[in-house]
Amino acid sequence: MIIDSVEVETINSFSKLELLKEVYGLISILPILTLLLGITIEVLVIVWLEREISASIQQRIGPEYAGPLGLLQAIADGTKLLLKEDILPSRGDISLFSIGPSIAVISVLLSFLVIPLGYHFVLADLSIGVFLWIAISSIAPIGLLMAGYSSNNKYSFSGGLRAAAQSISYEIPLTFFVLAISLLSNSSSTVDIVEAQSKYGFFGWNIWRQPIGFLVFLISSLAECERLPFDLLEAEEELVAGYQTEYSGIKYGLFYLVSYLNLLVSSLFVTVLYLGGWNLSIPYISFFDFFQMNKAVGILEMTMGIFITLTKAYLFLFISITIRWTLPRMRMDQLLNLGWKFLLPISLGNLLLTTSSQLVSL
Amino acid sequence: MTTRNGQIKNFTSNSGPQHPAAHGVSRSVLEMNGEVVERAEPHIGSLQGIRPAGAHPTRGTEKLIEYKTYLQALPYFDRLDYVSTMAQEHAHSSAVERLLNCEVPLRAQYIRVLFCEITRISNHSLASTTHAMDVGASTPFLWAFEEREKLLEFYERVPGARMHASFIRPGGVAQDLPLGLCRDIDSSTQQFASRIDELEEMSTGNRIWKQRLVDIGTVTAQQAKDWGFSGVMLRGPGVCWDSRRAAPYDVHDQSDLDVPVGTRGDRYDRYCIRIEEMRQSVRIIVQCPNQMPSGMIKADDRKLCPPSRSRMKLSMESCAHHFELYTEGFSVPAPSTYTAVEAPKGEFGVFLVSNGSNRPYRCKIRAPGFAHSQGLDSMSKHHMPADVVTIIGTQDIVFGEVDR
Repeated sequence: MIIDSVEVETINSFSKLELLKEVYGLISILPILTLLLGITIEVLVIVWLEREISASIQQRIGPEYAGPLGLLQAIADGTKLLLKEDILPSRGDISLFSIGPSIAVISVLLSFLVIPLGYHFVLADLSIGVFLWIAISSIAPIGLLMAGYSSNNKYSFSGGLRAAAQSISYEIPLTFFVLAISLLSNSSSTVDIVEAQSKYGFFGWNIWRQPIGFLVFLISSLAECERLPFDLLEAEEELVAGYQTEYSGIKYGLFYLVSYLNLLVSSLFVTVLYLGGWNLSIPYISFFDFFQMNKAVGILEMTMGIFITLTKAYLFLFISITIRWTLPRMRMDQLLNLGWKFLLPISLGNLLLTTSSQLVSL
Repeated sequence: MTTRNGQIKNFTSNSGPQHPAAHGVSRSVLEMNGEVVERAEPHIGSLQGIRPAGAHPTRGTEKLIEYKTYLQALPYFDRLDYVSTMAQEHAHSSAVERLLNCEVPLRAQYIRVLFCEITRISNHSLASTTHAMDVGASTPFLWAFEEREKLLEFYERVPGARMHASFIRPGGVAQDLPLGLCRDIDSSTQQFASRIDELEEMSTGNRIWKQRLVDIGTVTAQQAKDWGFSGVMLRGPGVCWDSRRAAPYDVHDQSDLDVPVGTRGDRYDRYCIRIEEMRQSVRIIVQCPNQMPSGMIKADDRKLCPPSRSRMKLSMESCAHHFELYTEGFSVPAPSTYTAVEAPKGEFGVFLVSNGSNRPYRCKIRAPGFAHSQGLDSMSKHHMPADVVTIIGTQDIVFGEVDR
């Protein structure tokens, strides 16, 4: 039986009915669907947030016509993209063209499996948690390469190659810093990493133990998401949109979605790895000691966990959106220089330092 | 093994999120060796057969001017470099006045200088920030356009049109300043300096900005003189030539102006020069209303400058003058003249050949962008294609004046 006790408890706490124990197979899809729904809503919120924040930075008003405060703007954009004609390049490779964005989306969505929003509130509490994310996110460049190659357009092709190069270059410092975190937490499971930060509340966050790691993780994840200051691919690359040039309609929408999903995953991982995950983080106060253990508290605890995780993730989102609209763009060679010649030695040094401090403390 | 790729690249104004109003339609042929640009050739005015939907195909401005009277030709100059409109009107009007040997009253000269400096700020704020948007920082663009809105409002208050004003006419200016304008200009100049500070804060000290701009697109002083650069492109490498100081026209010799000059001639220097020129323009704008005398705003000769409308309705001679001037126009004596002004983009010159009639025989326009775009090849050698776009931005080329 693949489903183990952790998932059973999760399912039970969702459903609160004993009867549903008999219909595991069907109900086990419910958490996944719930998570997908949650992610979709989150992406809509992030899109809205980006437009509002950028408008404020630029002294103008953001969307205000689609729904109250422009909240439905993202849905309007998505609907428009759905209704557009799907243009396929006549001499490009059609199957690769269609599969390219899908691979990118699938790999990013799979990364959500290991993000914990509460103690038992994770789809898959794997012992290799964070490395699953790193491994799966390495599949996304394949999708970008497919997209670039199959567009039968030399600018798309070179854009796809550059996207892949950028992703690969910044994965390595990312991986090394994640490795340092898992060294500190003695485990790669995301739940354990958050638990390891829960002892001293605010002061137990990994950000204090790995300050350089936090900054470099920020930079690397911005580069992975291809956002400014690293968005040469979609902004200026020979003045067309890089690997996304030939895409129209919902396939273009999928690339757009990948960008924001990636951002969401990165920000959730920053929360989990450095900012203490779902813990309330007020030192020495445990919020739930006041209550007796019962089902209602379980639900409340879970809601609090989600809320706290999202709040911390939104902090990172705010930072990355502000960075996008503030800083200029780096050129491709400068970008790769930064990744290989600057961040990689720093990550190795940090790993060395962490390892030696672990040895010393043990 | 090196491979030579000859690639034709189309630079268009409606691709990508970066320059909606910046460059217009341009086309460059880049030959690249791997990632490095070996040669870049701009193709000018060659858009008609290839992209019929260009923003401004060649309009035949100079030919059209030959069929218009001097006053009717004035709006053409507005539309050449449409971000710094009054500077070109100024050049045309000065050329006509020089041929006519006509004296422009002092108040008109001050008004011209005031609006030319407002034009300079308007142009530099657009140029620098669209250049910044090409490099990737999209926020200064919006901040500068807010400033530009205020300046366009001043434009509108005087002659009635936000951009293509047709305000500076041969003999003076079209209308006097309305009441309260000088006070409003004064109050807005007080906050310009802090806006310019905000723009600088986003870019000048920024490490990524410097990395993109320093030592890119370098021009040596000799190259600048050889290619015929002018304006900021010439002052970048250190050649201190500003027509307002070297060959002063109107009342520039009475204004207190410092000319910023660069050292290395790269993009960073030019960017800093533009920002500093904006500050110097603010200085002049503050001085002008204080020094402006009261008086006439057009030359006194009714054979050249039309009377006011109220006069025209009351007096027979005024009505006749009005009729004459707006139908046949005034005649300009025979020889030719080359007059240049320090437009924000560089030296904008008009070579006006007259045959004594009321229409120009030939009007040749020397646009600064035309000379600058020739330098694209030498400036972008051994840089990356990402830099070529931004080099066009730093040359401050507007295709209205290049294509004409």
